[in-house]
Amino acid sequence: MVFEAPRDGPGVPGLMIEGRLDFPGVQGAMQVVLPVLAGRWTVLLGPSGVGKSTLLRLIAGLPSGGQLDGAITADDAAPAAGRVAWMGQTDLLAPWLDVMGNVTLGARLRGERPDLGRARALIGRVGLAGREHDTPVMLSGGQRQRVALARTLMEDRPIVLLDEPFSALDARTRAEMQELAHEVLAGRTVILVTHEPGEAARLGDALWLMLEAGLQRMSTPPGAPVRDLADTALLAAQAELWQALRAPAPPSSPAPPPLVHAARPAASPGGPTRP
Amino acid sequence: MSDDIPQTGPALTARQSSVKRAEGEIRAPRAMTWLGHLRGVLVLALFLGLWQFYVWVSGITPFILPGPGRVATTLISSGDVIFSNALVTIGEVLAGLALGTLFGALTALGLIAAPRLAQIVMPVLVFSQAIPFFALAPLLVIWLGFGMASKIAMATLIIYFPVTAAFHDGLKRTDPGLIDLAHVMGAAPRRLIWHLRMPAALPDFATGLRLATVYAPVGAVIGEWVGGAQGGLGYLMLLANGRSRIDLMFACLVVLAAFTVALYVAVDRLARHLEARAAGHRGTGDRQA
Repeated sequence: MVFEAPRDGPGVPGLMIEGRLDFPGVQGAMQVVLPVLAGRWTVLLGPSGVGKSTLLRLIAGLPSGGQLDGAITADDAAPAAGRVAWMGQTDLLAPWLDVMGNVTLGARLRGERPDLGRARALIGRVGLAGREHDTPVMLSGGQRQRVALARTLMEDRPIVLLDEPFSALDARTRAEMQELAHEVLAGRTVILVTHEPGEAARLGDALWLMLEAGLQRMSTPPGAPVRDLADTALLAAQAELWQALRAPAPPSSPAPPPLVHAARPAASPGGPTRP
Repeated sequence: MSDDIPQTGPALTARQSSVKRAEGEIRAPRAMTWLGHLRGVLVLALFLGLWQFYVWVSGITPFILPGPGRVATTLISSGDVIFSNALVTIGEVLAGLALGTLFGALTALGLIAAPRLAQIVMPVLVFSQAIPFFALAPLLVIWLGFGMASKIAMATLIIYFPVTAAFHDGLKRTDPGLIDLAHVMGAAPRRLIWHLRMPAALPDFATGLRLATVYAPVGAVIGEWVGGAQGGLGYLMLLANGRSRIDLMFACLVVLAAFTVALYVAVDRLARHLEARAAGHRGTGDRQA
């Protein structure tokens, strides 16, 4: 169900990230062609340090260790920067602000009057009604991540970037948060970066494996996300991702870095159509 | 440093409901606090006892070392003159503390708002610490006169840098993830400082404030010593020393020390409150030991 469709004018864009991704002083460059489906979850799976977060930071317009010699374009031709919400590996809650203060932080940082009614509704939406005036120290790790999710929703941006937001949670809480996030972010263009094959297989409308050699399109398990954790098809897809993730790296040779050109999103299940 | 001073005990509970959101001090269980008080009193009593014992046994003349009993007598008999001079020094300390903290905090905020300026100003500030401020006292007298102003300036100068450095460090150290988040949210630079950097740096500001509280009385008294004062505890001590009234000198020291400790306890309470605020501790009711 769609709780609250994004309200921004031009609607929800898809993205195309294309170019040479450079990590000065860290590792070689890689060619990147990453189509991001409008209103869907695009999952970027890969080991730590491969550049997933760098890519995400570039999309967010944040300073990163890397450079993209190319372009990030939205399919409605408006720039992506400024239409992005961000959720990081830690909850990034301000410890001195209560739940309400954290959820409405963005408005105050921009000098706008926060919509308290909407904030209260979103806090209830993530299951924290009545906790509006608790500070983060009074919340569990899972509850803090729920606040971070409510804060992300409060920003009401059509593009949502998730940088391993569930990696610090215990298994059960993580599963719950995946379901909640998928539900409340429905209709937005989501890029999820993760190092966890199970999470990728469970949530992705499109799956991409990012290794030192470059980006590689992976097949998506049958069915629509959020997929059932106990589904054998999901487990099989997860196993396949594990194998790809752990495959020995190709021998380093002077050959040019592999250029993986994926077909436009038409090939993916679900397709680019808006929900 | 803060460990030396006993934590405040029962006074805290009485005020909790009166101050909005002032609750939340992280406190040791009350029994331990009282034990700490008791230990402090015992150590003090032991020290005074040894002192008096030595004076008795050695038969040392009061002009060299008066016993605590004699100091106490002088404290009462010369109470008026000590009190009136103490008021001068207390005024200088409080004014210096307020001005030094204010200028220090404003400088730190200015440096964080203008990082390029900080690259120029910060080395100058660090270099200025190589100047012995006590040597400036006569100069301050020439500029500001023999009155309280030159002493306030001395106290201000001494605490300015610790406050600036501590607060500026704190402002710089804000969680980079939080700063990233603010940028993605489209934060205006000044609002970012106001809503994120400043509250996050309150514990560091508290550290600077504690340091300042210890240094301010030193600055004021040295100012009185070097700067040809016409009043104040430092002035009275110098006078007493010149007339071999060591008992009066000790009595002044006792008053100065008592005031400094009282001021520290008060500032420490404020500092703890700031720290608890920054950590998100509020509403103690259910979390008290």
